[in-house]
Amino acid sequence: MASPSGTPTKITQGAQTKGGIGESTLRPDGTLKVTGEFAYSSDMWHEDMLWGQILRSTVAHAEIVSIDTAEALATPGVYAVMTYDDLPAEVKNYGLEIQDTPVLAHGKVRHHGEPVAIVAADHPETARRAAAKIKVEYRELPVITDEASALAPDAILVHEGRDDHHIGHVPHPNIVHRQPIVRGDVAEARKRADVIVEGEYTFGMQDQAFLGPESGLAVPEEDGGVHLYIATQWLHSDLRQIAPVLGLPEEKVRMTLAGVGGAFGGREDLSMQIHACLLALRTGKPVKIVYNRFESFFGHVHRHPAKLYYEHGATKDGKLTHMKCRIVLDGGAYASASPAVVGNASSLSVGPYVIDDVDIEAIALYTNNPPCGAMRGFGAVQACFAYEAQMDKLAKKLGMDPVEFRQLNAMEQGTLMPTGQPVDSPAPVAELLRRVKAMPMPPERQWESSEGADVRQLPGGLSNTTHGEGVVRGVGYAVGIKNVGFSEGFDDYSTAKVRMEVVGGEPVATVHTAMAEVGQGGITVHAQIARTELGVQQVTIHPADTQVGSAGSTSASRQTYVTGGAVKNACELVREKVLEIGRRKFGSYHPAWATAELLLESGKVVTDGGEVLADLVDVLEGEAVEVEEEWRHRPTEPFDLRTGQGFGHVQYSFAAHRAVVEVDTELGLVKVIELACAQDVGKALNPLSVIGQIQGGTTQGLGVAVMEEIIVDPKTAKVKNPSFTDYLIPTILDTPTIPVDVLELADDQAPYGLRGIGEAPTLSSTPAVLAAIRNATGLELNRTPVRPEHLTGTA
Amino acid sequence: MRVNFTVNGRPQEADDVWEGESLLYVLRERLGLPGSKNACEQGECGSCTVRLDGVPVCSCLVAAGQVEGRDVVTVEGLADYAKQRAEHGGCASGACGTSLDEAQQWQAKGTDSQTGEGTELSPIQQAFIDAGAVQCGFCTPGLLVAADEMLERNPNPTDADIREALSGNLCRCTGYEKIMDAVRLAAARQGEAV
Repeated sequence: MASPSGTPTKITQGAQTKGGIGESTLRPDGTLKVTGEFAYSSDMWHEDMLWGQILRSTVAHAEIVSIDTAEALATPGVYAVMTYDDLPAEVKNYGLEIQDTPVLAHGKVRHHGEPVAIVAADHPETARRAAAKIKVEYRELPVITDEASALAPDAILVHEGRDDHHIGHVPHPNIVHRQPIVRGDVAEARKRADVIVEGEYTFGMQDQAFLGPESGLAVPEEDGGVHLYIATQWLHSDLRQIAPVLGLPEEKVRMTLAGVGGAFGGREDLSMQIHACLLALRTGKPVKIVYNRFESFFGHVHRHPAKLYYEHGATKDGKLTHMKCRIVLDGGAYASASPAVVGNASSLSVGPYVIDDVDIEAIALYTNNPPCGAMRGFGAVQACFAYEAQMDKLAKKLGMDPVEFRQLNAMEQGTLMPTGQPVDSPAPVAELLRRVKAMPMPPERQWESSEGADVRQLPGGLSNTTHGEGVVRGVGYAVGIKNVGFSEGFDDYSTAKVRMEVVGGEPVATVHTAMAEVGQGGITVHAQIARTELGVQQVTIHPADTQVGSAGSTSASRQTYVTGGAVKNACELVREKVLEIGRRKFGSYHPAWATAELLLESGKVVTDGGEVLADLVDVLEGEAVEVEEEWRHRPTEPFDLRTGQGFGHVQYSFAAHRAVVEVDTELGLVKVIELACAQDVGKALNPLSVIGQIQGGTTQGLGVAVMEEIIVDPKTAKVKNPSFTDYLIPTILDTPTIPVDVLELADDQAPYGLRGIGEAPTLSSTPAVLAAIRNATGLELNRTPVRPEHLTGTA
Repeated sequence: MRVNFTVNGRPQEADDVWEGESLLYVLRERLGLPGSKNACEQGECGSCTVRLDGVPVCSCLVAAGQVEGRDVVTVEGLADYAKQRAEHGGCASGACGTSLDEAQQWQAKGTDSQTGEGTELSPIQQAFIDAGAVQCGFCTPGLLVAADEMLERNPNPTDADIREALSGNLCRCTGYEKIMDAVRLAAARQGEAV
């Protein structure tokens, strides 16, 4: 079939610019995005295309007694209705690590909103109405909603007959994975403690709330295969899960990245991919599926809500003695990324502090709550909220300044993680705290003006609830540690294909990877790397697809490091080949071809002394050089299942925040006045994008501090607020100024010394805001998000 | 039903429109103008913001039949719209906007934007690119329409004015700081140009 409209096109960038690494080059897709021409996955269109619709379960846990599709099938305009019985292959489940998720429910539903049937019709409203005519009879089962109900003696198993590789070491089949970490001797160290603080913390369920809804277009192909245009975080991971369920070899499932409207972890798992392909193959027509916002809340995993139990001790001069913690993550009905989230939560549970004696346990539960998996910060966010609250409690008990207390215990390069892994690159924790504290404070009573109070700058805003009465200011600090890249022995490689040739009398580099550009600016950076390494101005970014090897996931703050590393590596190999051609063609004209170190700069081959040997145009005349190569960072290893010891992480990333809040103590309303951040980024390949990532991550942390939470009814396990009316994310009025101080301490292991940066600012933002609210109100506040009733004592 | 209306200055006719279809659906699926975005389709996010007879509205909340005979401007027509406005007198006083120096304090001027090469942009579109206000870009069309309308009304906005005017447009990527930079920059450039 012909290509659908909105097919991604190559983007060629900049003719007269330098634009190498370290510069704030602008996005190559910027013009398309501001003119409305950039084709997102929901913008795809094909002649004769049908619209797909998913029917989802209205209950959280039930046996399916019967499904009657007759009336839906008889609806004019409907082309297909499919249930579990219509699945074409032996494989009927998928999953990132554990294939426990049914493509369509089989005999049972395990959470509210689970896909039960799919419909294709010639109009989206026809498809919706037809889906509503499918009659599903449920026999409801008791719901498992928390640790107590999951581990009760008579608890129903969410998954019976588990055969995944975690079942052997978990204490109960309703526990997906358990990771203990034991180091030193907590009992002995506890005796040295002059003060001990305990805390029980609750972290609410956060949604990624990317704005571009799950969507895509599946086009059947003449060879019996299918071409899927899709918004995802990892094309090859999708492919590995999709093809077996369709009963097709991977070669017959072509995938092209359509425009992605944000991701933040919520597109790591499949959503509508398989459903669209199934309907396209069944009907022989292109099928487009676009979730609305209501469905989007059911269509992707969320951040794990958590209960965290912590005990810390310290000597009276402020040195931490020991830490014990237990972290219980609610994984919901299917495994998704829960095992890896457990690994992160446990191994990062100490935070960026030196504590030699620790006893840690993290588990993820199977429940009938919505499935939870990846979201920016991935297990480290929940832990940071709790250990930073503990730090403030300890400082208070010791009568110490909370920042000085943290600095006194801050890790540095060489500190051992609780896993025994040394932190072998800069860890400027004390310095980041110093910097963020040194930033100028926002002026007091900013709302005052000659014309009275500007309510827009007060808690409650335009609701006009106060003109300053009852408003108290508070300041809070927090710092966090996040791993970068996939951990625990995962083969976390990326592939890049780089081509160099003369086009229109100019040397041009083409970079082709399967990296999902989700908004982070990876494509900007790829072009910068190619310019720096190959000395060209013109770089063409090829659309991401599965015609090139895997680039791994756009998650774990890893893409600039790993796919950026792959692009750098491929460019270096291309450069060697270009120089070989140059030596062959021109070597006899100048001895430096053989003796000097040669570079490619500004379209020329130059010696390291700056002497020009040839124009790239002449070297490449009649030749094209192309390299496709996989690239790997240093290997990691799994954590020991009993002791948690192991070289588990590739790299660490650090950020610190200072929050300034004003609280209307009478109504419990919070206005965040400023949220300052200091972060070490190793090397800022694109400073403008780095700051954008830090500010965006900070704001997501602000959201889960004061407003964002998916509310699940504990009696029914049903989601109560699946809309932007009831699930609030920060608006521009809720978001304060976010001054950023960027530190660049190179990590010698990483390309250009860079550090993955996307997630660290999401960690410390939340506890800093909470600390500031505690500072303003004197309340303990052991849960996030904070709601008005928690501040007014009316909860 | 059939709906006749003007989009970005051109008469348009949409046939076979269902009574329940929104203006957003007609623009995206019937007229081939997918620039207005479908982030929530319930009037909460502002990503579908268009001008309807000059007034910014969520096109997802406007029934297609309501636009019969009316005038719609979408992000696709923003550059033309701004150009026409400039030709018919933009900022009358000549004293609008923050100073350019002040607006550029973030020092983010990049060097290899495609802009100015073949695509004519409105000042607010250019400023969004230059200030780094675009990440995933899904909120961008709605924000551009809303910000352009605010600058038309209020060429010299304070930060609080900008925040108030854009409070109906959600962005999940940027934390809004660079959007603030972009609007300040567009205001400053608008002031310099007069």
